[in-house]
Amino acid sequence: MTETFISWGMDPNWAWGVATICGILLIALPLMLAVAMIIYADRKIWAAIALRRGPNVVGPFGLLQSFADGLKVFLQETIIPTSANRGLFLIAPIITFTVALLAWAVIPFNSGAVLADINVGLLYILAISSLGVYGVILSGWASNSKYPFFSAMRASAQMISYEVSIGFILIGIVLYADSFNMNEIVKAQIGHGFGLVNAFGFNLLLFPLAVMFLISSLAETARAPFDLTEAESELVAGYQTEYSSMSFALFWLGEYANVLLMCTLNAVLFWGGWLPPLNIDLIPWFDIPGVIWLFAKILFFFFVFSWVKATVPRYRYDQLMRLGWKVFLPISLIWIFLISGWLMLTRYAA
Amino acid sequence: MVDLTQYLPILIFLVIAVGLSSAFVFLPMGVARLTGAHKPEPAKLTEYECGFPAFEDARSQFDVRFYLVAILFIIFDLEAAFLFPWAVSLEEIGWAGWATMMIFLAELTLGLVYAWKKGALDWE
Repeated sequence: MTETFISWGMDPNWAWGVATICGILLIALPLMLAVAMIIYADRKIWAAIALRRGPNVVGPFGLLQSFADGLKVFLQETIIPTSANRGLFLIAPIITFTVALLAWAVIPFNSGAVLADINVGLLYILAISSLGVYGVILSGWASNSKYPFFSAMRASAQMISYEVSIGFILIGIVLYADSFNMNEIVKAQIGHGFGLVNAFGFNLLLFPLAVMFLISSLAETARAPFDLTEAESELVAGYQTEYSSMSFALFWLGEYANVLLMCTLNAVLFWGGWLPPLNIDLIPWFDIPGVIWLFAKILFFFFVFSWVKATVPRYRYDQLMRLGWKVFLPISLIWIFLISGWLMLTRYAA
Repeated sequence: MVDLTQYLPILIFLVIAVGLSSAFVFLPMGVARLTGAHKPEPAKLTEYECGFPAFEDARSQFDVRFYLVAILFIIFDLEAAFLFPWAVSLEEIGWAGWATMMIFLAELTLGLVYAWKKGALDWE
């Protein structure tokens, strides 16, 4: 994009700055729009599975429901409880939403279409998603109320538990791709399955990791069936109980932005990202843009997330911790041994 | 040599994201004062409880297992941090490097087995 601005007669430094800010806005604004639409889609899918209609009043087919909700919370009063720590109470939603936006800086939307093409992209995503815990624990602590506090304890323990197994699962991907750069990881998947399928998931060694990553990403974003942090029968609305107005909505937006991020990571790391699924040119005169493939994959994974939410009953907390520490962690440790050993025997044998 | 200008877009993004989310938090507070929706009263500003005044401090004791999970998390996340550079240099370090890391992994697996047997991972 910088070249376009230079060709318009701009100074290279200025052109770079303007291009970067345009890139940021091109990520942040469509992301917020996508979050609004994805909340609508989530409600609609859930309703359809439960044989209900879902939102259908505001706009055609209820399409504008999320915007109406947004306007409503925007005009609401912000209630800050007297016993709360005011500063931390207001900082918590800011952290949650900022972190949810920031992780998108290294996601490749097409070949080379990435805001910051850093060589440790995957590590950056791990680091940023770890920071999300701060928003949760600060909101629970600063509310100085019983239920948010319990919920924040649960949520942070849950998030860090699954971060461990996600870290080990990603090592399997890094071993195969031999890079942390997100674009390199996508390119390493070209023709990975018999030279025909562009996806790591088609590798028999990596498929179990793909399944574990999908389940871990449900747990990491506290989606059903792992939504214990806002189990309304025991914890009211979880760590957001004391929040109102836009500060409440920021948690909501951040949560869905994180869900979208996890869907994107599933697509990028295991199922080829912006690559077409098959490594053959079916339509020689026309190439479907990579970004369309990426969005199709993201929407597929989001549908899976909604589907799971509508059909799978909620886990108990002990079952959740057992799954994370006693199932996923040992399996991913063994898988590191298997994958690295296999690569040593085949790719690096000499 | 690491080119730090790669990270400049992220820094700009951070500034924009913080500005955006701060605007989302503080703008409605101003709007509510203008529209008259802002009407605080003592009962409204108490913390949530099921219809009665809260009779104990919210920041009370909590289960020690949350601490245990946090400690275990530090150990295993550090282990993952050691594994990341190893994973991209497998070609250079060869079998010797591979075997070293496997011994390290085995030691940490022993730690996991110990925690498991001690019941640190159980939540009855």
